[in-house]
Amino acid sequence: MIEVKDLHKGFGNVKVLKGITTSFQPGKTSLIIGQSGSGKTVFLKSLIGLHTPESGTISFDGRVNTQFTKLEKRQWRQEIGMVFQGSALFDSQNVQDNVMFPLKMFTNQSKTEMLDRVNFALDRVNLKNSNKKLPAELSGGMQKRVAIARAIVMNPKYLFCDEPNSGLDPQTAIVIDNLIKEITDEYNITTVINTHDMNSVMEIGEKILFLKNGKKAWEGSSNEIFKTDNEAVVDFVYSSNLFKKVREAYLNEKK
Amino acid sequence: MNYLEHIGKYFMMLGQVFKKPQKSRIFYESLLKEIEELGLKSLGIIMFISFFIGGVIAMQTALNLESPFIPDSLIGFAAKRSIILEFAPTFCSIILAGKVGSYITSSIGTMRVTEQIDALEVMGVNSLNYLVLPKIISTLFFYPFLITLAMGLGIFGGWLAGVLTGLFSGIDYIEGVQMEFKPFLIIYAMIKTLVFAFLIATVPSYHGYYVKGGSIAVGKASTQAVVWTTILIVIANYFLTQMLLT
Repeated sequence: MIEVKDLHKGFGNVKVLKGITTSFQPGKTSLIIGQSGSGKTVFLKSLIGLHTPESGTISFDGRVNTQFTKLEKRQWRQEIGMVFQGSALFDSQNVQDNVMFPLKMFTNQSKTEMLDRVNFALDRVNLKNSNKKLPAELSGGMQKRVAIARAIVMNPKYLFCDEPNSGLDPQTAIVIDNLIKEITDEYNITTVINTHDMNSVMEIGEKILFLKNGKKAWEGSSNEIFKTDNEAVVDFVYSSNLFKKVREAYLNEKK
Repeated sequence: MNYLEHIGKYFMMLGQVFKKPQKSRIFYESLLKEIEELGLKSLGIIMFISFFIGGVIAMQTALNLESPFIPDSLIGFAAKRSIILEFAPTFCSIILAGKVGSYITSSIGTMRVTEQIDALEVMGVNSLNYLVLPKIISTLFFYPFLITLAMGLGIFGGWLAGVLTGLFSGIDYIEGVQMEFKPFLIIYAMIKTLVFAFLIATVPSYHGYYVKGGSIAVGKASTQAVVWTTILIVIANYFLTQMLLT
């Protein structure tokens, strides 16, 4: 479980995160939503240790990440898998080497063992026979799948995804969403996803955290998001006519 | 950001770079790749330029020493000194600053803007050590060979220019090249080469690693890197010459 307490982060005079307190449970997909500039990315980067908080704590199963020793920090890093918005695959390495990279860096496995693990991870994301392809030869959806395979190859306890659906067509976006959800359930991972995609919110969001101006404006489940009267959430989530109608239909059904 | 902040950040970067590689096998793989990218792929341009500039230096020297009181062997002597002391270590390093420096900045800068460096950091990799140390070691290891080759080809180019144009005789030129050989001058040239190699690897890495923005920012950083590396090579050249030769 990840617990965040009163997290503050700023850059110079600009305060981006203003006291966020929340928690993320294992085996559940938690989604962070909010407008552009609401602090989602800074929040996610603070969770994965790319930003150091000004105050507040982030603890991973009771271990506060700012109090780690060097060794603890190294071990913690290996418990984290991250899928970046643009996939962040290493351009100069083929699919196999990209996925194998964490294994080569942090384990003493033999080449055969590593290759087995890589093939397992690629198989898990339904990407066979692409081992020798370079990232530039893959479609956006395939790149995302390679990024997921690289993120899960070390058996992470925590999986973070920054807008995993951005730039993908709706059909591929659903495939990626389902894949992340399946992996979360299968390996009991604590998954935190930063997204703008309301379809993901409805489909796989077991916990939704809504950020506004660097503060937690609302949190709840995807079912609760239909019922909430929170003005900020309603304005943001139901700004599209499609979701407005979905909400009306849901509320009518409940009556 | 003022210059002092940049200097401080540069040295802090070096502090992270000079740490024990996390996995020696990966380090050696990167090292071999960098020797190929930064060294072997520069062989052609350095050989080509050295050969022709050597010829030009010899011809210019011959044309400016047209006097019956000056022996022709002095042309070989002057060309040798110019090539060993300045042309090979300094001029070639400035060429490498342009070719290799822009490659280093753009490759690391692209990794930065496409979040590949963030991906390394999240995995727990010391990205500076992983990306920059192999570049430093490969340039420090390979550039002395490259500059020695430039010296040899420059002197050979001078000889060939004299023979082909008839400005001076090949025998006089060789006699001049063998005249008053001081091994310290080679050491001086190698010291300069090592300092310049270090600058060529680290200054562009700094500009690439800390780039902010997108592709335009990477392009601007590459230009900045080449300009600053050249400036630092020229300044270091002055001070090294003063320290070692005066």
